[in-house]
Amino acid sequence: MRVRLLYFASIREQLGCAAESLELPAGITTVGALLEHLMLRGGAWREALAQTRVLRVAINQDMAEPGRTLSGGDEVAFFPPVTGG
Amino acid sequence: MAVRIQREDFDAGAEMARLRAGRADVGAIASFVGVVRDTNAGSRVGAMTLEHYPGMTEKSIQSIIEEAASRWRIFDAVVIHRIGELLPRDQIVLVAVSGSHRGEAFAACEFIMDYLKTRAPFWKKEQTPEGARWVDARVSDDAAAARWDAPAAGTGSGA
Repeated sequence: MRVRLLYFASIREQLGCAAESLELPAGITTVGALLEHLMLRGGAWREALAQTRVLRVAINQDMAEPGRTLSGGDEVAFFPPVTGG
Repeated sequence: MAVRIQREDFDAGAEMARLRAGRADVGAIASFVGVVRDTNAGSRVGAMTLEHYPGMTEKSIQSIIEEAASRWRIFDAVVIHRIGELLPRDQIVLVAVSGSHRGEAFAACEFIMDYLKTRAPFWKKEQTPEGARWVDARVSDDAAAARWDAPAAGTGSGA
């Protein structure tokens, strides 16, 4: 299945990537598995996405936990804790 | 109920006038305006850039307002949040709520602001003499939002 990935703020800067469309290998069905898959890219990907304490995830613009199941066409966003207001 | 994300400044007075235009049942309008400070965490702040997640931002604030409207009897609410480059003394955010009485308007306004700070996807980056840095989320903001989790959340205090 194909998903759209978005990266914001410090995560976007660390990765040098704001958005991408990614075809997931079979077996990658949860947010947690997707994160592990992305961390295999090594370098900044491993570092930025390993910061689980500060990494937030949204699926289709709703906050989501690592256990959440992914569906084809999902928009998955990774970002640090929010600091607006 | 209105949510606006914009680069331009806003006129809080005009927004509050709109909340009571044409209706005589409004007895209270509570509002909060957030402003850029020239210092933060021990550094001078020369400018600030606000990034957001278009789409999720509007959706999350809309749902925060709906949550407020389900907890307190309010008539209307407006939230305006600026994005892009901002300077010290610039207004960042407006929350204004109308209702019959002050208690519910105050509580709803504070609730919306506390939830916005911890749930709406905005990120601040400050320019300081030591360089640019992303602002860290504050534990005190989480604590402020968590107060409203209690079943008997009152009319709010502090902050």
